Amino acid sequence: MIGRIHSIETMGMLDGPGIRTIFFLQGCPLRCIYCHNPDSQRYDSGQQMTAEQIVAMALKYKEYYDASGGGVTFSGGEPLVQGPFLIKAMKGLKASGIHIALDTSGYGQVESYEQVLALADMILLDVKHFDEQHHRKMIGVSMKGLDIFLKKLKKFKGRLWVRHVMVPGYTDNAYSVDQLFERIKPVAHKVEKIEILPFHQLGIDKYRELGLDYKLKETPEMDADIARGFEIYINQKLKNYIAQRVGDEHYFLSQAPNEVCSM
Amino acid sequence: MNYWQGFKPGKWQVQIDVADFIKQNYTPYEGDEVFLKGKSPKTTALWHKAERLIQEEIEKGIIGVETTRFSGIDVFDPGYLDKDNEVIVGLQTDEPLKRIVNPYGGYRMVKKSLAAYGYELDAELESRFQEFCKTHNDGVFDAYTDQMRLVRSTGLLTGLPDAYGRGRIIGDYRRIPLYGIKALLKGKIEDLSNIKGPTTSDVIRLREEISEQIRALNAIQAMSATYGFDISKPAVNATEAVQFLYFGYLAAIKENNGAAMSLGRNTAFIDIFIERDLDLGLLSEDGAQELIDQLVIKLRMARHLRTPEYNELFAGDPNWITEALGGMGTDGRTMVTKTAYRFLHTLTNLSPAPEPNMTVLWSQELPIAFKKYCSKMSQVTGALQYENDDLMRPIYGDDYGIACCVSAMEIGKAMQFFGARTNLAKALLYAINGGVDELKRDRGGAPVRVMEGIEPIEDAFLDFDKVYANYLKVLDQLAEVYVNTMNTIHYMHDKYAYEAGQMALHDSQVHRYMAFGVAGVSLVADSLSAIKFANVKPVRDKNGIAVNFTIEGEYPAYGNDDDRVDQLAVDIVEYFSEALKKYPTYRQAEPTLSILTITSNVVYGKKTGATPDGRKLGEPFAPGANPMHGRDKTGALASLNSVAKFDYENSCKDGISNTMSVAPQALGKESALQVQNLVHIMDAYFAKGAFHLNVNVMNRELLLNAMEHPEKYPNLTIRVSGYAVHFNRLSGEQKEEVIARTFHESA
Repeated sequence: MIGRIHSIETMGMLDGPGIRTIFFLQGCPLRCIYCHNPDSQRYDSGQQMTAEQIVAMALKYKEYYDASGGGVTFSGGEPLVQGPFLIKAMKGLKASGIHIALDTSGYGQVESYEQVLALADMILLDVKHFDEQHHRKMIGVSMKGLDIFLKKLKKFKGRLWVRHVMVPGYTDNAYSVDQLFERIKPVAHKVEKIEILPFHQLGIDKYRELGLDYKLKETPEMDADIARGFEIYINQKLKNYIAQRVGDEHYFLSQAPNEVCSM
Repeated sequence: MNYWQGFKPGKWQVQIDVADFIKQNYTPYEGDEVFLKGKSPKTTALWHKAERLIQEEIEKGIIGVETTRFSGIDVFDPGYLDKDNEVIVGLQTDEPLKRIVNPYGGYRMVKKSLAAYGYELDAELESRFQEFCKTHNDGVFDAYTDQMRLVRSTGLLTGLPDAYGRGRIIGDYRRIPLYGIKALLKGKIEDLSNIKGPTTSDVIRLREEISEQIRALNAIQAMSATYGFDISKPAVNATEAVQFLYFGYLAAIKENNGAAMSLGRNTAFIDIFIERDLDLGLLSEDGAQELIDQLVIKLRMARHLRTPEYNELFAGDPNWITEALGGMGTDGRTMVTKTAYRFLHTLTNLSPAPEPNMTVLWSQELPIAFKKYCSKMSQVTGALQYENDDLMRPIYGDDYGIACCVSAMEIGKAMQFFGARTNLAKALLYAINGGVDELKRDRGGAPVRVMEGIEPIEDAFLDFDKVYANYLKVLDQLAEVYVNTMNTIHYMHDKYAYEAGQMALHDSQVHRYMAFGVAGVSLVADSLSAIKFANVKPVRDKNGIAVNFTIEGEYPAYGNDDDRVDQLAVDIVEYFSEALKKYPTYRQAEPTLSILTITSNVVYGKKTGATPDGRKLGEPFAPGANPMHGRDKTGALASLNSVAKFDYENSCKDGISNTMSVAPQALGKESALQVQNLVHIMDAYFAKGAFHLNVNVMNRELLLNAMEHPEKYPNLTIRVSGYAVHFNRLSGEQKEEVIARTFHESA
């Protein structure tokens, strides 16, 4: 089975734990106005690779994964749009004992979600916006896709990180951050941490090269410290929420018959 | 106090065996850096003065030259920087940063360097010397063949030590504090009288050399006496241990001006004396740090007189005062001691600086705290390099050091004949152009044939098999002329510029390595790959010489962990390494090979025509074994994996240099994570059998900014290739080359 690969980063240390090989898959159904890899959006370009090649390549970095607790991350583009290929590659990696993370926005071939989630050790879920109207405007599609994915994610057994790209003038305010949290609430109890990624202008040249219109030309880069402040805020919120929930569960469990506890 | 009091006895007491002394007595340290202390008031005052002087030197180019005497161990009056604040004393001449004229390597170099800085040698000294003395350089040129001259002038062989000191010899400076000069003299006198048998030239030479060594030991003692120290007996405390050891090194840099004058591997040794004094209450941690800080200040004051051409090759006055830190013992204990930490800590107490050249011997088994501390210091100072102890320890044991950047040798038991390097990319052009140099023209403007019997390739498109077959023929011829040239150089160096002071601190019977080198490996691999996987069309001039190449299609480039091209690099290096081993070497030296350019990759580029990979005439090579700038497109680890494929022990036993530049934010979101991730990267890289890594953690923007505003970055230190340098002291071209290197940023 052939997949289309936009690019490969062998020293990825930002997308999941440890040292990771990042396979950026080609093609994306979203059109985020701040996308810094617009060349990864179209479906018909990129380097063609087989699932076996992906596995063989990943194995070359096994020493690095072992030393650091790392592995492979599929990113994009949007990895979920190449479902069958992704599943095949993930199966191969799984057989070789390699940790797998998926960096996704939750938009792709719905029929592949269950298998993908069964194979993934970790999901990095990129949540773009909380409001349907803004989502359409900023991302180019409805939020329904995310809702479908979130529903499937409820049964996910691995680790979950949530990420959000913060663009000045769009979501850099407490209200937005609160609303974002509300959006992910259905899975929040599984979330280990939430990363706020400050918007940067590194993608600007690509738009020029591709002859694409870039709407954020005049938008300043997001102040990293402010983003960090919101990150601390939302993670505290997450912590409180989970503590509260654990408290509730504990209450529930303490009231339950013993056999429930021993499960 | 009796000088050996409190030390555990061993065979080190009945024979010269520093390694055994260390093994019996050192204290491995597995903790972290919290015990370290800041600099003492004396160090503060001294370093302040030293820094001002160094700044003045940078502005002037040079502070002074001793023009009334020539180099020698005990020919200069004692000199001080700030006597009241100097805990460790001794300068090369009677004044700080005043440079020595060493004429024995070659007189022309001396004249050129003096002229460049506007100095004149004492007229009588000059005329006497020229009238009565022959130099190493004179000897070499008496014995060079026409072909040797030719390969030298085309730049096929460059940087040969035929006109200056060869360096790369590490005296076992520890022998002085441990045994004292008297015992060392006794040993040498015995060795001399024990040489028996027919008086062949080998035997005569050995007798002459040991006699010179004996004179040198006496000279070291005399020189130390001018500073008020009696080094005839062993050191009785840590201060004396550091001081005596430094006198040994000081003698070496008074006598010799080799490019690389390493210090060796001293921290576990010094640590034993410090631990003893700490136990006895004679020293505090502040005092211990002061000793090391003050030693390092002295090392940073070492200078040699160089020509402007030399500076163009090796910018920033490097001396490769390489100190090997850490590593593991063959008994499984770590060789890391608190003094290894104290040594690294000088980068904090003083300032980040290129010298001494701190080289961490990395093992998977190193204590994790030390790994993290090194990683942190790399990120903060950019001054460290790393070499794979797990590769070297099985070969050299646990008392080897590193000469220059990457050359391992057993301390006091082995030495090296330094052989600079050959330009493999130019050799490839010879394979295409039938042995004719692509740039050199004779007086009549005609091309110059350097090698015979190579058929020029006249096809419209280059055929891989044909080029490859021709290339192997060129490499065969190159290997022969290279070995013969090296034999000639080192024969004459031994004869006219023998390093008696350093060799006196070796066993009388030493193992010798003959260290060949190659530059342009990544270019050759990419060129062969282009010829094999794309279509390469030479553009020929009226003489039929390929002066340019057009490439149709794409080819896999070295540095992406792609065996199709990486294997070409490995094969060529292996082939050349084997070819070198076919020819007899001077003094039966063991031939070894390095992949190393230091900063000369820029000059190599200037002297090499366009290459089939698409590189234009004059453009720099990649440094060392690095992939070509910007062609490693799949991230740092793919690049590291490509370099890790070379076989150290069998093909490149003189080392494989690799320099990585990575943006801090690419190593992780926060600094603790960045420190940890760098440790993981090195653990895995070295587990794959890689040999060496220079680590630069910085952004390209920082360098661009430093280029614009040098005054804002006086101490910005970067690892170039095998050594570190203050960025400001690189030439404009070198700065641009460093900035053009691949920065792994992973946005």
